[in-house]
Amino acid sequence: MAGNGDGVTLLGYWASPYALRVKWALKIKEVQYEYMEEHLPDKSPMLLQYNPVHKKIPVLVHKGKPLAESLVIIEYIDEVWKHNPLLPQDPYHRAKARFWAKFADEKCVPAMFRAFSKVGEEQAQAAEELRENLKTLESALEGKQYFGGETIGFLDIAVGWIGCWARMNEEVAGVNMIDAEMIPLLSVWFQKFLELPIIKECLPPQDKLLEHTKEFHKMLMMATLT
Amino acid sequence: MASGSVANQEGKVMLLGFWCSPFVKRVEWALKFKGVEYDYVEEDLTNKSTLLLTSNPIHKKVPVLIHNGNPIVESLVIIEYIDETWKQNPILPQDPYERAMARFWANFIEQKVTEPARDALLSQGEQQEKKVKEIKEAMEVVEGEAKAKLNDKTIFFGGENGVGYVDIVLGWTCNWMETVEEVGGFKVLDPESQPQFHKWMANFREVPFIKPTLGPKEKLVEYFRMVRQACLGLVANK
Repeated sequence: MAGNGDGVTLLGYWASPYALRVKWALKIKEVQYEYMEEHLPDKSPMLLQYNPVHKKIPVLVHKGKPLAESLVIIEYIDEVWKHNPLLPQDPYHRAKARFWAKFADEKCVPAMFRAFSKVGEEQAQAAEELRENLKTLESALEGKQYFGGETIGFLDIAVGWIGCWARMNEEVAGVNMIDAEMIPLLSVWFQKFLELPIIKECLPPQDKLLEHTKEFHKMLMMATLT
Repeated sequence: MASGSVANQEGKVMLLGFWCSPFVKRVEWALKFKGVEYDYVEEDLTNKSTLLLTSNPIHKKVPVLIHNGNPIVESLVIIEYIDETWKQNPILPQDPYERAMARFWANFIEQKVTEPARDALLSQGEQQEKKVKEIKEAMEVVEGEAKAKLNDKTIFFGGENGVGYVDIVLGWTCNWMETVEEVGGFKVLDPESQPQFHKWMANFREVPFIKPTLGPKEKLVEYFRMVRQACLGLVANK
């Protein structure tokens, strides 16, 4: 069984942005953990045992108890390890951070996936929706360096991965997702965030991710032709 | 979220709502559970107030909680805000692991029960069948959880503290699910295969601060029928 005693184990997948944001949280909190790679699409008995409801990574196991859903896991990490807080202290600012993380996951990410996996008119509409929603997300920066203020916080690690994946997705799918003219502040923030050493060192190898993205896109395109 | 330019007294709480919205109802349950005084403002969703549009410019929806002039939106975000701001009668568990599990189940309910139920209400044919299947599968999981967590002594998911976060998030099913079934023309509730869930619904309906908030079903059916017809009419005209 993973997570012996007080230990922390993370079940993840190298190309998953959801596992990545949990890694970022653990890194910021300086938590020692054991990482276990799932060889998707095959799912290990351990994964199926620890996340029977969704059968998905990431799963965090702490003191033998499993948790699933990346943002739930990140809030748990923030509550158990109190230094370098991720969420702000004030309830209103916490509510704003949670609101924006939800907005990104529900409005930006599905649009990005549709812009990546569709063609023609559908693709164009999805890409436009994504660009507009990123513009809306930009307003949450409120002139700050990072969403967390002077340093990165919950919202930065919740949405920062989009900058990396969107750039790769737009190259492979041939559609504009990050429009630097439309979102000048967010573009700068994506760049700054992804260059931070603590963030950069957790990113999957970019050439491997690009290959993976190309293969995934090929698969999706074949599916649309049948 | 835009900063509210509402001339609110310090500490004043206002809730923008709509009479038949289960999302608004959840927030009311949280406020009542805490004993928080609030002003309720009924919105006309066909003619949204300036206050609503400036407080929730992104989604333009209810519920909106306005506290100290600050607007908070999205029912689950609002409930956590309420729990963190007013410390009496905790809604979420104190233990971090239990809190995380409560949030996990709240997300599950929203993604696998609430959203598909809304989609099933507003669709027909194959599209609706797909959603109904999703809900039925999710209800099996919910029944499993109810079997595991509830008994004669522990009748709510909040455990020994009584009603909790998961109960409040799931609570809409005890009144609205039957309405959605009737209007949408499908069945997902089954007392035979969901005995623990039905026990939970019966107990939830009887909670003293919940019971008076559950309005007559006929009104809900009438309104939701109109919404369904309007939605399907739009789809047909595309």
